[in-house]
Amino acid sequence: MSTVSTPKAAKASETPKAPKKHVTDRARAENRLGRRLVAPAVVVMLAVTAWPMIQALYLSLFRYRLTSPDDKEFVGLGNYGTVLTDSLFWQDTVNTVLIMLVTVSVELVIGFAFAMVMHRIVFARGIVRTSILIPYGIVTVVAAYAWQFAFSLSNGWVNSWFAWLPWLQQDTNWFGSHWPAMFAIMFSEIWKTTPFMALLLLAGLAQVSEDMLEAAQVDGATWWQRLYKVILPNMRAAIMVAVLFRALDAFRIFDSIYVMTRGAQDTESSSFLTYRQVIEQMQLGLGSALSVLLFISVLLLAFLIVRLFKVDLASARGEG
Amino acid sequence: MANNETRTKIGTWAGFLFILVWCLLPVVWIISLSFKGPTETAAGSPQFLPKEPTLQNYTDIFNNSDFRDSLVNSFGIAAISTFLSVILATLAAYAIARLEFKGKKLVLSIALAIAMFPVVALVGPLFDLWRTLGLFNTWPGLIIPYMSFTLPLAIWTLSAFFREIPWEMEQAAQVDGATSWQAFRKVIVPLAAPGVFTAAILTFFFAWNEFVLALSLTSTTASRTVPAQLSYFVGPDPFNPPYGQLATASVVVTVPIIIIVLLFQRKIVAGLTSGAVKG
Repeated sequence: MSTVSTPKAAKASETPKAPKKHVTDRARAENRLGRRLVAPAVVVMLAVTAWPMIQALYLSLFRYRLTSPDDKEFVGLGNYGTVLTDSLFWQDTVNTVLIMLVTVSVELVIGFAFAMVMHRIVFARGIVRTSILIPYGIVTVVAAYAWQFAFSLSNGWVNSWFAWLPWLQQDTNWFGSHWPAMFAIMFSEIWKTTPFMALLLLAGLAQVSEDMLEAAQVDGATWWQRLYKVILPNMRAAIMVAVLFRALDAFRIFDSIYVMTRGAQDTESSSFLTYRQVIEQMQLGLGSALSVLLFISVLLLAFLIVRLFKVDLASARGEG
Repeated sequence: MANNETRTKIGTWAGFLFILVWCLLPVVWIISLSFKGPTETAAGSPQFLPKEPTLQNYTDIFNNSDFRDSLVNSFGIAAISTFLSVILATLAAYAIARLEFKGKKLVLSIALAIAMFPVVALVGPLFDLWRTLGLFNTWPGLIIPYMSFTLPLAIWTLSAFFREIPWEMEQAAQVDGATSWQAFRKVIVPLAAPGVFTAAILTFFFAWNEFVLALSLTSTTASRTVPAQLSYFVGPDPFNPPYGQLATASVVVTVPIIIIVLLFQRKIVAGLTSGAVKG
């Protein structure tokens, strides 16, 4: 879209208008005003993230349990050693990565189908948009309860409705073993966040030129060819932004696991492990090490996705 | 060709129905479950609809003072953090969309980094810090982090909106002798109101939904919000959760969301996609 560089272009055409000395004066005033206007937001954003993160970095070097604060002892990188050699940490990391990969890929496919329907539909647009916003807006905890109850052995309808599936019995206990529990958690996540994906993809679809599609159709391109050769390449930016945001969000999964299994059946995620160490075990030192590792993983993940898919966030977000 | 069109039409219809079922089934499910009485769920009732619909759960829930308190907390905390966050975001987004200043890139990078920040990583240090500062288990203790985490989204949404505003009007005001600040307040604010409103809705959704911090930084219903309070619902039988009451509480917290969505669906869609469209 042509709006990418609007702010800069507008600026460029605007600055040379005034005489030279005037420009520097005005530019200086503008610079000052700009900084003053962003300052409060920046201060609030950093106060709750940067400072506690530095605190976490410091605390992670100590053996520090809130229940016995007098035992605080400097242990260097000992906490990191403890964490990185613990099999539970790795099990939880594998779970988290698995949840991220599965949910984001499934969401991408279903979300794209939803976006196509929303794009093509000529009737009841309002109804579709309203209903798709409900899972988006619903509280994650509520979504997790709704699905936990649906999958429940005594009070759920999933077993009785889908009993015709060969691997499903009336008495399948979804939360009784690892894979079914993981399935239920991922299902709830996918249900809740697919609409977000669909809306971002819809915005991308709106940018694919109809003329180009028609031209392709006239030239005899099949539906699949149009999808792969015209639609997808033209909405690359939107897809990448959607994947980046959802992947990082999925990596932080906590709410659904807390509600549905509380980490039972080895369904813990990295976030859940960190929470449990800090709040339930009061292990601030060890927990801080986990926090730092979680933070580094997210940074690494963001970096990888941006590099791997060459996401141009600046242009995708409309920032020149 | 006609055949193709019919196929597209059928496909769209099927997709339409699928989307409706996908989005609404779980909502209808918790509503249905909320009308199942405690005896019915205790005995086990795998059927979708209640056998004997009852309002028992609704009476119980609203007689539960912990739930009422948490509902007030949820509304208060979400409203205040939305209000403050949107004010700060409006100032920042105006500067980003309109002014040329050093460090603009840095501000945007910080916002992006915070949007991706793993909230759980903060739980430990904030828990410690908030106890020292006396912010643990208070409204400001949740409002402050909610502001930080909603600012990035609000700033993006608003700066995208601000770029669409006819800025000649601001220049006209400046030519007429208004200062930058007056032009901002008198001309731009009214024009930007719809965008601000959209940012407010998205911010409210975040604060209303937030769970990790609400769970970790509170200890009583003095500040615990509904999502966190839900996990403290325990029925008489610890191995059998109070399905009906949980479903009812879920319905109650979902009602505001449904009302907002029904009233403002156009604005929300515009806000969510505004950032992603460009590019």
